[in-house]
Amino acid sequence: MDLNYTADDLAFRDTVRSYLEANLPKDLQHKVLNHKRLSKEDFVRWHKIVAKQGWVGTGWPVEYGGTGWNAAQRHIWEEECARAGTPAILPFGVNMVAPVIMAFGNQAQKDYYLPRILNCDDWWCQGYSEPGSGSDLASLKCRAERAGDFYIVNGQKTWTTLGQHADMIFCLVRTDTGGRKQEGISFLLIDMHAPGITVRPIIMLDEDHEVNEVWFDNVKVPVQNLIGEENKGWTYAKYLLGHERTNIAAVGRAKRELEFLKRISGEQQKNGKPLIDDPIFSAKVASLEIEIMALEVTVLRVISTDNAKRGPGPEASMLKVKGTEVQQLLTELMVEAVGPYGMPFDPEYLHGTHEHSASNDDDAAPLASYYFNFRKTSIYGGSNEIQKNIITQMILGL
Amino acid sequence: MDFNFSQEQQQFADALRRWVDRDYTFEQRKGIVTSASGTSDAAWNTLTELGMLALPVPEEQGGFAGTAVDMMVVMQEIGRGLVIEPYFATVLGAQFLKLAGGKDDLLEQVGAGSLKLACAIGEKQARHELSDIATSATAQGDGFTLNGTKTVVIHGGQAGMLIVSARSSGAQRDTAGISLFVVPADAPGVTRRDYRTIDSQHAADIRFEDVQVPASALLGTAGAGWDILEAATDYGIALLCAEALGAMEALNAATLDYLKTRQQFGVPIGKFQALQHRMAEMFMQLEQARSMATLAAVKVGSVDANERRRTASAAKARIGQALKFIGQQAVQLHGGMGVTNELPAAHHFKRLTMIELTLGDTDHHLARFAAQPGFRKAA
Repeated sequence: MDLNYTADDLAFRDTVRSYLEANLPKDLQHKVLNHKRLSKEDFVRWHKIVAKQGWVGTGWPVEYGGTGWNAAQRHIWEEECARAGTPAILPFGVNMVAPVIMAFGNQAQKDYYLPRILNCDDWWCQGYSEPGSGSDLASLKCRAERAGDFYIVNGQKTWTTLGQHADMIFCLVRTDTGGRKQEGISFLLIDMHAPGITVRPIIMLDEDHEVNEVWFDNVKVPVQNLIGEENKGWTYAKYLLGHERTNIAAVGRAKRELEFLKRISGEQQKNGKPLIDDPIFSAKVASLEIEIMALEVTVLRVISTDNAKRGPGPEASMLKVKGTEVQQLLTELMVEAVGPYGMPFDPEYLHGTHEHSASNDDDAAPLASYYFNFRKTSIYGGSNEIQKNIITQMILGL
Repeated sequence: MDFNFSQEQQQFADALRRWVDRDYTFEQRKGIVTSASGTSDAAWNTLTELGMLALPVPEEQGGFAGTAVDMMVVMQEIGRGLVIEPYFATVLGAQFLKLAGGKDDLLEQVGAGSLKLACAIGEKQARHELSDIATSATAQGDGFTLNGTKTVVIHGGQAGMLIVSARSSGAQRDTAGISLFVVPADAPGVTRRDYRTIDSQHAADIRFEDVQVPASALLGTAGAGWDILEAATDYGIALLCAEALGAMEALNAATLDYLKTRQQFGVPIGKFQALQHRMAEMFMQLEQARSMATLAAVKVGSVDANERRRTASAAKARIGQALKFIGQQAVQLHGGMGVTNELPAAHHFKRLTMIELTLGDTDHHLARFAAQPGFRKAA
């Protein structure tokens, strides 16, 4: 039993820390630390900075341009990025479609797409969910019919995160309607600029445009954009879901946000004293901090077995559930901390067009929006109820 | 980073588990519960033979100098096996002796299994605040005179020697002015009222009436006992967290087994999603509790007292939450059988509930955690 990082791990952490200090642009850091909204340019800029360092493919094998880091090193990188306040490297290309291409794509697909993903030459989005297919993903209906060297795609995808910026979408499409619903699904890469694609915004309860509907009307997709074999897409999709859940607990960000919560709770006054001194409020914060402590150890325990056997097992479901519970409670307590000062809403401030918020309380201004935004976390990536189903089947054997 | 127990640690655990499975079964335990002392000399002898008493004792006194992580493995088995012998009380008492120093003979006896200890550190008005001490220690000649009453002293009636906290100066709730003594349980003026606790263990209220103790009974320095008292009880918290972990593991295993075997509506009840999700949550609670019990065991020996306090309180609070959820849901999922006294599960639930009340409950430790210097700035 030894809970300490090795000397090598600590040296690696120092390297990462000094890299971030030297290379994270202050304006991006400011946006992240202050809960502002990031533009497409913000994401791309940071991605390209990290790409220059060669650190985008943290879970990738070296042969494809990855770092070849072990699980502990990946964890340290993610922790340090969260601590510093970097924009996220969006997962759709790097962590979602790329592992599928590596495992099931042909050589031409690997040669073409993987370097472009590393360098953010294409903005990728995910075409999985449909209006009638959420948790029951395999019931999807968006269909692709073979016509010569093309598939003709018709149907609709939804909840497409940041699809309004996308150049490419990886899609699960139905290529066969006979047999079991899992058996007629194929995995297609589709150019978002192709004729027949319409992207419509869905405005979420924080009034932000983060997700979209994507409509396909006789969209022609070259057959060389098929990954692997026709009708085997469900296997690839399940493989992808395993990779979607790296860093799912987001403990690093939780620790940073806890610090923020404590700062504002120390500044807010209740009965002439700092709110953090209120016994009821401080007990809530203490309980949350302890949950984060426990989750950090749990994550490290999962990682230490991960190092040995490679790839996140069903324990990832536990990290998703507990991680999102922590994230949601953090945002809830932030709103509680600022109380009525969380009510003013100023989208221009959040987008950076105004330097200060309308109510001139820049700490408080984003928090209600942030809270509403984070309700998604227990729903996306396999709802927390689906995660409990996975635990039930894969771990408990019920 | 390595989260595995060593082979040696695993061997201790296995030996203990084999003994429980063979000689300390639920049925055999019933006989001990109904006996006069509520403990078993035979069981104590076996614990001694297995090296469980020598484990926490330093090598200089003939022990194995076990760490808190070594003890974690043992306490998990104690929790799983519902062992009701005065083991926790004795090991906690030994920790006072180790921290104070100068009591080599007593530690040797503990390691040899010939001395049981109990910690008389709670009082009626104090609830969970161990610095709230009305029992007085008055200097008299070379020694002290003790007066006062200690309450719910775990296995106080079965101990040969008592660790006693008393006030030698200061106001009733000051941390300064506390002195610690080790006192023979049969010293003139000591009266013990032994009773059962609902988790089938024993405790006692102990009255000290003009009890004369020599200067050699003092642990550490007069008036400066708080540091030892706090450090020893933080160690006790790590032990209890590990015991709770073992009990929760047993409860989860029993509940999962019940979900797979109990049939209603023609199917195992584990086919129902309402119950599946409850069990999945119990699994996650257990894993979070395991993380905190591990953290407590690793950090309780920390030279940084703030770090030690912070981790001990965090662990006790989190495990207090987990044990309540797991205990209550295990009973619920067992249905009518869960509320009988017939199944080990009921006894794990009762023991867990009493663990929460021992050495500070969840609310006490949330408040203590929030009172640490690191809390206002994120650590």
